[in-house]
Amino acid sequence: MSIEERVVEIVSEQMGVAKDQIKRETEFIKDLGADSLDTVELVMEFEEEFDIQIPDEEAEKIQTVGQAIDYIQEHSK
Amino acid sequence: MSRRVFITGLGVVTGLGETLEDFWSGLLEGKSGVGPLTLFDTSQFKVHFGGQVRDWDPDARFGHKEARRIDRFAQFALVAAESAVKDSGIDFAAPPVPPERCGVFIGSGIGGLNEFEEQHRNLIEKGPRQISAFTIPKLMVNAASGQISIKYGLKGPTSAMATACASAANAIGDAFKAIQAGWADVMVTGGSEAAITHMGLGGFASMRALSTRNDDPQRASRPFDKDRDGFVLAEGAGVLIIEAEEVARARGARVYAELLGYGMSADGTHITAPDEEGRGAARAMRMCLADGRCNPEQVGYINAHGTSTGLGDLAETKAMKAIFGDHAKNGLMVSSTKSHLGHLLGASGGVELVASALAIHRAALPPTINLDEPGEGCDLDYIPHTAREVRVDRVMSNSFGFGGHNASLLIGRV
Repeated sequence: MSIEERVVEIVSEQMGVAKDQIKRETEFIKDLGADSLDTVELVMEFEEEFDIQIPDEEAEKIQTVGQAIDYIQEHSK
Repeated sequence: MSRRVFITGLGVVTGLGETLEDFWSGLLEGKSGVGPLTLFDTSQFKVHFGGQVRDWDPDARFGHKEARRIDRFAQFALVAAESAVKDSGIDFAAPPVPPERCGVFIGSGIGGLNEFEEQHRNLIEKGPRQISAFTIPKLMVNAASGQISIKYGLKGPTSAMATACASAANAIGDAFKAIQAGWADVMVTGGSEAAITHMGLGGFASMRALSTRNDDPQRASRPFDKDRDGFVLAEGAGVLIIEAEEVARARGARVYAELLGYGMSADGTHITAPDEEGRGAARAMRMCLADGRCNPEQVGYINAHGTSTGLGDLAETKAMKAIFGDHAKNGLMVSSTKSHLGHLLGASGGVELVASALAIHRAALPPTINLDEPGEGCDLDYIPHTAREVRVDRVMSNSFGFGGHNASLLIGRV
């Protein structure tokens, strides 16, 4: 599975939405109704899945699915 | 003259079922909700059975996203509350009084123990950064009250009582007093527990508090019997809707019973062992009768705490004899529905007041099953084996908890 597919998989599972509704431009808070706890959980899932650490100040900038994919692509080992 | 408070809605989640009909017919028919535990591998534990809620599918009930955010104990509370609200006929989208006049008091002995264990595993196996953001809001004891108030938009007095196995009785008693005092007009109240976990089962087993009758689980909970050997760990929730008389009358509500009295006390002796003479329990019962301006002879039935432990059942029997005198041996009927359900800990007072309200409303008393031969000193009419179709007008429900907490509730026919 590509990074993109794995991110979509995690977002779908965490937020309880169908994968075909998750696009690069999808915003976690605005489009998926994520609250502050959901966004923390998502970041933790990304960290575990891709074996990376996302500092809090970077995590705050990740607001769309595309931003998450780009960050992970840049930082995964 | 204080405000009158009526019970108008009932909801349960138990090993005997989730509908009032399954629950009540199970009790009257003498069924047991106890069986082998399947929540996790119990092979290394001393006890392999309990009163587990069967076929619980959180995703189907709450949706995957919500289910992940709510611990099993609060899930039970939400489902029992939903049943009770529906049963009461109240529509909180168009409530009979403003939402600021409606509150929630749900007790739990332990709270979200499942979540605590799961996140502790994460801590050990993955490290502190992998502790879920949902950990605290899932495991806190007040999560059940909070979730119910959020679901229905209730904005009045909301709290959570934690007095171990007296939690639900204290929650209901306090909710009764909140309405009497004029703080609220409608309360959603009761208790919830989901402590059949590694730590819950292991912890109670280590205390030697649990029956080890692994070869015959349905006969293990035998309150007041000479062969009783400890309580049976169970889980679930019991929630009631209670409301001020004028609100119930104005909306033409069906009334199961009236809450009449509430008493509580502490043994003040030991963190787990009851006062052997039941003096604390007796004080709670006496306070409850005085609060309800009720003579002992008027009480027809007591839904006992009766957990099936050697010391506890005897101490409660002594307390009942001290308070009810001759009436205890001549007319007073007593049973323990823990013989069917096992011990729901902080939820027990909730499901037991549901049973007590149905006993009044449907004029039948559930039996104490598995009571083949009364233990020494257990010499009251415990309604062994077979239910009785009999009309009683006043019913007391007792709940006692580790910590030495004692709570008694009195309800009456309206």
